[in-house]
Amino acid sequence: MIDTPSVDWLALSPALALLAASGIALLSAVFVPEWMRRTVGAVSAFAGFVVAAVFAGVLFDRSATPEALLSESMIRDELGALAQLILAITGAVVVFVSWSEPRRVHHGEYYSLLAAAGAGMVFFVQAENLMTLFLGLEWFSLCLYILVAIDTERATSLEAGLKYLIVGGFGSAVLLFGSALVFGATGELGFAAIAAAEAGDDAFLVAGLAMILAGLAFKVSAAPFHMWTPDVYQGAPTTVTAFMSAATKTAAFVLTYRLLVTAFPDESEIWTIAVAVLACISLAWGNLAALAQRDVKRLLAYSSISHAGFMLIAVSAGTERGAESLLYYLVPYSAMSVGAFAVVAARERELGVAVTLEKLAGLGWERPFYGVALWIFMLGMAGFPLTGGFFGKLFVFSAAYDAGDWWLVLVGVAATMLSLAYYLNVIRWIYMPTGADLLLAPAGGAPPREYALGFGVLAAIVVTVGSFFAAQPILDLASEAAGSMPF
Amino acid sequence: MLATWLILLPVLGALVVLLLPLPRLLTAGLSFLVALVEVGLWIVAAGRFDFDDGSLQLGTTEEWVESLGISYTVGFYGFSLWLTGAAVVVSAAAIGYALWIGRDRPRAYHALMLFLTGAIVATFAAQDLLLFYVSFEAMLIPLYVLVGVWGGARRVAATLTFVVYTMVGSLLMLAAVVAFGVTQDTFSLVDSGTSDNEWIFLGFVAAFAVKAPIFPLHGWLPLTYRESPVEVTAVLSGIVSKTAVYGFIVIVLAKFPDPVEDFTGLLLVLGATGLVYGSLLAFRAPDLRGIVAYSSLAQMGLITIGLFAFNDLGLNGAVLQSVAHALVSTSMFLLVGMVERRTGTSDLAALGGMARGRPATATVLLVAGMIALAVPGSATFAGEFLIMAGAYEEGWGYAAVVALGIVLAAMYVLRLISAVLHVRPGPAVRDEALDLRLGELALVLPLLACLLVLSAWPALISESSFVADFLTGSP
Repeated sequence: MIDTPSVDWLALSPALALLAASGIALLSAVFVPEWMRRTVGAVSAFAGFVVAAVFAGVLFDRSATPEALLSESMIRDELGALAQLILAITGAVVVFVSWSEPRRVHHGEYYSLLAAAGAGMVFFVQAENLMTLFLGLEWFSLCLYILVAIDTERATSLEAGLKYLIVGGFGSAVLLFGSALVFGATGELGFAAIAAAEAGDDAFLVAGLAMILAGLAFKVSAAPFHMWTPDVYQGAPTTVTAFMSAATKTAAFVLTYRLLVTAFPDESEIWTIAVAVLACISLAWGNLAALAQRDVKRLLAYSSISHAGFMLIAVSAGTERGAESLLYYLVPYSAMSVGAFAVVAARERELGVAVTLEKLAGLGWERPFYGVALWIFMLGMAGFPLTGGFFGKLFVFSAAYDAGDWWLVLVGVAATMLSLAYYLNVIRWIYMPTGADLLLAPAGGAPPREYALGFGVLAAIVVTVGSFFAAQPILDLASEAAGSMPF
Repeated sequence: MLATWLILLPVLGALVVLLLPLPRLLTAGLSFLVALVEVGLWIVAAGRFDFDDGSLQLGTTEEWVESLGISYTVGFYGFSLWLTGAAVVVSAAAIGYALWIGRDRPRAYHALMLFLTGAIVATFAAQDLLLFYVSFEAMLIPLYVLVGVWGGARRVAATLTFVVYTMVGSLLMLAAVVAFGVTQDTFSLVDSGTSDNEWIFLGFVAAFAVKAPIFPLHGWLPLTYRESPVEVTAVLSGIVSKTAVYGFIVIVLAKFPDPVEDFTGLLLVLGATGLVYGSLLAFRAPDLRGIVAYSSLAQMGLITIGLFAFNDLGLNGAVLQSVAHALVSTSMFLLVGMVERRTGTSDLAALGGMARGRPATATVLLVAGMIALAVPGSATFAGEFLIMAGAYEEGWGYAAVVALGIVLAAMYVLRLISAVLHVRPGPAVRDEALDLRLGELALVLPLLACLLVLSAWPALISESSFVADFLTGSP
């Protein structure tokens, strides 16, 4: 008589809910009449994300002590649950933003892949084993490769999909090779087991760690592993970009922190330096390159690289406080990022062309709501007060200062100064067009009423501003979650 | 609680003005009404304030981010109450001016002005370092748009210069805030102790020196003061600059006694240089706005001398001079705006002879000018005299520079007055150009009345600012 293995269904429930939603949406692409596909797909994906969020909340509540699952391949803890919560809410907002995307075909597939990618991410953040990590990574990456290329009639979309596939595939291969080296050095795949093996400064182990870090840096788009980011963010359908910029970063950063702290505590002297260097390069390169951008999606792509730099500062602190500040940072960052891309999507639908800075001229006066929204998101990304972006930076800086990295604070401050130039420039275009600028702006008719997108943007504003005033409750969640890692 | 209400009222007013789809005039009128109620609220606050007591009053504390020791703590000391008073009066005058001339896009404009007022009051009331930083930065959010949208021909360049300059200073301050807060384990200005870290000190000084501005960090000033809408310039030079004075008092002087000791010489020299240099530039400026703008630089240099003389006389003088300069600078800028509206130019060469047939203009400009040049008996004279006396204790050389500054002030103000009112009628001055109208008088005269009251009774402020008590910690 073989015992059936006990499965902790609650721990798997967010991923399962999203998989179910994905399945329903996919079936709708086949079995449902064409005119209903969008509705069925969107509703099922939205329901999937909401249910996943609820389960993640319950999971957070009931996982006070971390617990390994399924032969120690996964872990059930508050860190994973909080990341799942952020991911699921992001996904739900993205469904709103995607609703009136002018796409003739592939509605069912789009929402199915969105939910499947979400499922991969919520699975990924619970990984406790290098194989689960790789599985989760490939799971959501494959979905994203297709999502990026889903607008098959647009060459840029296909191009972006191919680029992402090749570069992403390379990143995954590096990560897998690194995992193999770590396995060779320690004979273990589980995070805790790798730490327990105490392989010391084994050259294989260090090389493996470096390669795993590089592979994850591809996913968080940290420079110098960011090459794909501007092209893919620009070419992908804007709603997909919104999802990627927020959700991929959240998932990859949480897992990076978990992996480094759980599996490589003895090597922390090595990886804190490595991560700090990555942070500096990302901050410098992201901000400098963003200065030169005209295309708003590209600009936001470089801005996301610089945000990766800020979050890496939190990672390099390598302390509980660092983890806390990273988790806090992810909340307003996800909201601002989704919101900013949503406004770009709205403008794109209205004008039917790629949105450059010139195409934003006068947006603030013609479309007051989107104007104010973009204003808030830009201020938030620049770290102005009255947005959560401010506390995000503050917490990251104080974590770094607390960990003794005062020089990283100065680098971060200098990067913020640089970043002002382009964030303020966006505001200048939306509110202060000169006569000559307006001539460049195409005259649009009455824009389509996009209540769903407007609602998504409103939600993003609420989180962006709300996370400033309610910083403590979010920080409480973050510190509980951070406490589930072994510091 | 009153401090909280003083902050909330204009912010809520801003939201209402922004969201209510009222006609132009009603929007602006509502906004002016909010600004007047704010002044009334301040009078109530002043009425409840115990002027014999140097401690924190009318305050509130709420937890905000406990894990880092950040709280919402507001309240007033004597000096901050007076600075707040200047702030609400100046912003009411500025909003009234905008109502009078009917600024475009009134909902956005007035919402931003009210929000700015709230942010300024919050800065003066903040007793938590982080809250102070937040309010200090929040002022920039509306200012960036106010200058950039409603300003003159080179408004975009002006607003970018201003915001980038200020933010560079502010971000250095953010690093200092983080370092100070993490080391002290609290951000509260009431509970935290002192620090002798010179780098942190310099981070704060950088931010305030840009905001004030203090020579040589005044690079943003000429363009911004010239290109902003005139009432926004009035707010900028009148009270936004005074947030730096407040920062110097509650943070730099109070928390860094040792570094202040080491850097006093440098800051006094910079203040003195700014005073003389600003005065000379004002004397050479070819336009009205330039004169008043550079005179602000000079006055901020003077106030800096008063602050870093770091004695009873100098500090009280600095506070008195801050309030007086806020009022006089606002009056001058609004008058400049009124002249500009009649002539379409701020260029001295095109002006002149406006006194003829315009008695109100002549009288009001003359009175404001006399106070600006610190004629003996005026509030500004009292302030400058206190600062001079304070500076004398640091060295007779500083006192001599202050005296020189008073002489130079007379030169540039008289040059302004004669270039506008006297000499031959300039080409831009048409005979039809009206005298000051009732509405305009109603804006400027209350400001002048406040100044005359302070002139008659400067001890009202200088005897109840409690800066020295605050700094030494004795009640």
